Amino acid sequence: MIASGELLRVAHVSKRFVKSVDLAGRIANKLGADNRETVVHAVDNVDLSVAPGEVVALVGESGCGKSTLGRVIAGIHDPTEGEVFWRGDNIATMDRAARQAFTLGAQMIFQDPMSSLNPRIRAGEIVGEAPRVHGLFDAKDEDDYVAGLFRQVGLDPDYRRRFPHQFSGGQRARIGIARALAVKPDLLVCDESVAALDVSIQAQVLNLFMDLREQLGLAYVFISHDLGVVRHISDRIFVMYLGRVIESGPSEAIFAAPRHPYTQALLDNVPRLDARKRSFTTVKGEIPSPLHPPSGCHFHPRCPVAGPRCAREVPVRTETPDGRMAACHLVSGGVT
Amino acid sequence: MATSGSTRPVLAVENLSTHFFTRDGVVKAVDGISFEVMPGEVLGLVGESGSGKSITGFSIMGLIDPPGRIVSGSIRLNGEELVGLDDRAMRRFRGRSLAMVFQDPMMTLNPVLRIDTQMMEAVQAHEAVSDKAARARSAEVLAMVGIPSPEERLSAYPHQFSGGMRQRVAIAIALIHRPALIIADEPTTALDVTIQSQILAEMQRLCAESGTALVWITHDLAVVAGLADRVAVMYAGRIAEQGKVDDVLDRPIHPYTHGLIGSVPGARMHGARLAQIPGSTPSLGRLPPGCAFAPRCPRADAACAEHAPSIAAAPDGRAYRCHRPMLIEEVAR
Ligand SMILES: Nc1ncnc2c1ncn2[C@@H]1O[C@H](COP(=O)(O)OP(=O)(O)OP(=O)(O)O)[C@@H](O)[C@H]1O
Ligand SMILES: Nc1ncnc2c1ncn2[C@@H]1O[C@H](COP(=O)(O)OP(=O)(O)OP(=O)(O)O)[C@@H](O)[C@H]1O
Ligand code: SF4
Ligand code: SF4
Ligand SMILES: [Mg+2]
Ligand SMILES: [Mg+2]
Repeated sequence: MIASGELLRVAHVSKRFVKSVDLAGRIANKLGADNRETVVHAVDNVDLSVAPGEVVALVGESGCGKSTLGRVIAGIHDPTEGEVFWRGDNIATMDRAARQAFTLGAQMIFQDPMSSLNPRIRAGEIVGEAPRVHGLFDAKDEDDYVAGLFRQVGLDPDYRRRFPHQFSGGQRARIGIARALAVKPDLLVCDESVAALDVSIQAQVLNLFMDLREQLGLAYVFISHDLGVVRHISDRIFVMYLGRVIESGPSEAIFAAPRHPYTQALLDNVPRLDARKRSFTTVKGEIPSPLHPPSGCHFHPRCPVAGPRCAREVPVRTETPDGRMAACHLVSGGVT
Repeated sequence: MATSGSTRPVLAVENLSTHFFTRDGVVKAVDGISFEVMPGEVLGLVGESGSGKSITGFSIMGLIDPPGRIVSGSIRLNGEELVGLDDRAMRRFRGRSLAMVFQDPMMTLNPVLRIDTQMMEAVQAHEAVSDKAARARSAEVLAMVGIPSPEERLSAYPHQFSGGMRQRVAIAIALIHRPALIIADEPTTALDVTIQSQILAEMQRLCAESGTALVWITHDLAVVAGLADRVAVMYAGRIAEQGKVDDVLDRPIHPYTHGLIGSVPGARMHGARLAQIPGSTPSLGRLPPGCAFAPRCPRADAACAEHAPSIAAAPDGRAYRCHRPMLIEEVAR
């Protein structure tokens, strides 16, 4: 099902946010405190590629950098370091026409459909605005174009005249999808797009994503904390921890036999319909602050099998011929 | 089991109806529901958007404002009737013996106040203790929900936390007074699994040890499977089916429950189409006269569209509302 070739690639991408010292901190500094500017490594040296028609999932704990990486992939954030390639071309050096093709080609669907839809604009206008600005149809064809998009996402075209608040959550999610589809993208970056939906509506939207993939050859970067959903929909997964990708590879292989202790912990904790009244085995320790990530392997304070090497050295990324990668000392020479 | 030795429910809801009297008509958000929760018991309240889960929670908390009103029924907390109490009387219960964790943590948190200010206020609202003790209790509950370096984080503002962290703070506030009943409205929906597990484990331990009863509102059936003793499935303001988790999830009686279970993405059908229930939730202001699920139900017949099913009891103790309940042997496993 996956076409060969590469649609998008990010190479050695990092994104850092600088948090400056606030007013209280500056006053405290005058009195002798030592509050400094802090830097969040939201995304730390990530390599990732997406093939046409492929579904790549980003998973990991809140704050691990999924949305930030998604925004870099969708061209909303420029990376602090590293390169983004669209169809093989570096987006930092491409000409305007190519950059425009990337801007339209990679679309992001946001976490909260309500807050990303202007409440005062009719649904038809929300969907039709971007393609009109970009001249994707003749003015006289706008109605048909938008009606077609509504049908494509399973909405009655008559709903074009309604306002966002007149739709259910599932319908709003569809409007968000129709708006993204309107500019004929090749890649949809879906940031928790089904998280707010009920199961039966979520099933409808996931089915819609799969249908669109089949009909249009769309690729997805699918950001979700729901590993059941991720397992169902994704071809490959990238597991992130405090900004780094710590394991990646084909979903089925990783779900069947995770190699990284963090991935194992994550999968052990997936709620399942057949796991009844279970005792929840939890990962010990606290989530480290992304402002002060632990040394060496970021996971070492919580890792049940950590050894002395783990606090000292950042584990190298070990790639195997089956397309899998794990960054853990256990798979690269041991923890001692 | 934690429920042994005690026969009186912490919470007894009987024939509760909460309606909204809007310009467009009466919205029957909650329409004749009954359930009980025993000490230490976890009841999962599941259903689609708009099915009345939150309004059920708000009704119990005494948080229904006009145009909404509890029009009938009874809500008893440890035997005390809550329906009809004025706001002052309700406030004695809220936060102390009765706490709610909301879908959106910012319903609990004030964005312009530091976390310590808010938490110490919550402690001192029901306990005359020193600032120092209030602060210590605040840090203690923050640690319970897994906030790193709680003492330090106490002086932060809500916006300095991620969404997940904010929800933990809201849960911590609910835990402050070790309430008899916690109503948790989708509190872990936005959280990732290891954090969810920690919170679920914490809640499970809390309920087992202290006898706190928990109503866990969610649309995630898998969470209910792992956490709850019993489950009530809501549809359009009514409970379609309720019973022991194993009975309901393994042998659903109600076609809606059956459809919901089929919609859950599971391991056995990677990439395949998910079974989806057609259509969407009906508008509660304009419900059809018969069974509200009839327009979406594969089993509906003419009678379903005419007469709303009343509550029936199954041999295994389940209660359901359906004219044509699924027979056990019909349920595909
Ligand atoms: N605009 C920003 N300014 C400063 N820090 C930021 C900004 N955006 C993100 N961060 C920080 O970068 C880190 C990664 O955030 P990001 O939103 O990418 O995480 P996430 O994995 O999407 O989390 P969640 O699951 O909670 O959505 C966090 O520590 C966050 O606080
Ligand atoms: N203030 C109000 N005025 C009119 N109708 C209301 C009001 N508040 C809630 N409702 C209606 O009551 C019904 C039940 O709402 P409720 O919030 O309980 O649903 P829910 O099951 O919690 O859904 P969700 O999963 O989306 O949170 C909905 O149809 C809603 O539109
Ligand atoms: S490198 Fe060490 S601490 Fe990190 S996951 Fe592997 S064993 Fe655990
Ligand atoms: S009463 Fe009829 S329509 Fe309603 S759930 Fe049962 S079979 Fe379906
Ligand atoms: Mg995010
Ligand atoms: Mg709700």
